[in-house]
Amino acid sequence: MSRLKPEVSAADHHQGNVKASIILVEYGDLQCPYCRRAHPLIKRLVKERGNDFQFVFRNFPLREIHPYANAAALAAEAAGKQGKYWEMHDMIYEEQDKLGPDFLLLLAHRIKLDMTKFNSDSKSEELQNKIESDFESGIRSGVNGTPTFYLNGFKLLTYDETYKSLADAIQLESEMKAH
Amino acid sequence: MILSKGTIAPGFELFATPDRKISLAELKGRPVILAFYPADWSPVCGDQMGLYNETLKLFGKYNAQLIGISVDSKWCHAAFSESRNLHFPLLADFAPKGTVSRLYGAYDETDEESERALFVIDEKGIIQWSYLSPDEINPGADGILDALEELSLVKI
Repeated sequence: MSRLKPEVSAADHHQGNVKASIILVEYGDLQCPYCRRAHPLIKRLVKERGNDFQFVFRNFPLREIHPYANAAALAAEAAGKQGKYWEMHDMIYEEQDKLGPDFLLLLAHRIKLDMTKFNSDSKSEELQNKIESDFESGIRSGVNGTPTFYLNGFKLLTYDETYKSLADAIQLESEMKAH
Repeated sequence: MILSKGTIAPGFELFATPDRKISLAELKGRPVILAFYPADWSPVCGDQMGLYNETLKLFGKYNAQLIGISVDSKWCHAAFSESRNLHFPLLADFAPKGTVSRLYGAYDETDEESERALFVIDEKGIIQWSYLSPDEINPGADGILDALEELSLVKI
């Protein structure tokens, strides 16, 4: 039960060391307050332990309760088309309380995206399909709320909204790998 | 013990809205997902009914009808459903309390609530998969989709 499927691939957005044998995957919603709380923890983890693991983010927008979750996911994916996925992702979480259609455009301006391309990409079927397929993979992997983390394919059950719970999980996994 | 695979799903008729009842019999001909759960208004981002609400499209690929059941009243369900924007019926196993939950072996006699139990029933009304989750754990939807997938393969 609750194994990540499909496995991480080149289609995923990643940070940290792509060659590392430890992969942490988050299924998250850009409008979810619990994911916003996890965001600085992940940033710190990538900064401090980024050599030891790869971080991957997959979209899991809870559209019925978060009206801007899908638009935010599309905006981040569209920024990704211009090589700025993480910039957009970070800004959305850092200023999540301002989320709205105008605000996403403002952010796109701020990181100097080609606005014509951004506007057309954020309406594209291709990116919407990517979000749907991320969501479906989350459901099939047993995601039951956001954020849900998978460490090397298994659902991480010890995350308790603290930095320590994530850092300990990475540490434990790297010790296991060392043996 | 919840009812297991191969059992005929016990029939029922319960209020889905303040003035309309739904029966299991009228759903025959398509797979039915029954999700018994302890109580409306539970917290956490994307809790079970909210999560299933987001998953309806995937259930729809198998033409399956999702039904939530708890011992909350039809009025409580109406308010909960409206607040979460739910697009599937919640049935009130309210009077006499827990009757249908008991039939499925999914009633907690101590807390006097339904347990967190899932059933996938096939087109003919036979239970093809069931799962009892600990009360505090949202079981997600992967087990349901695996069961629906298996059903659709059997049919071919």
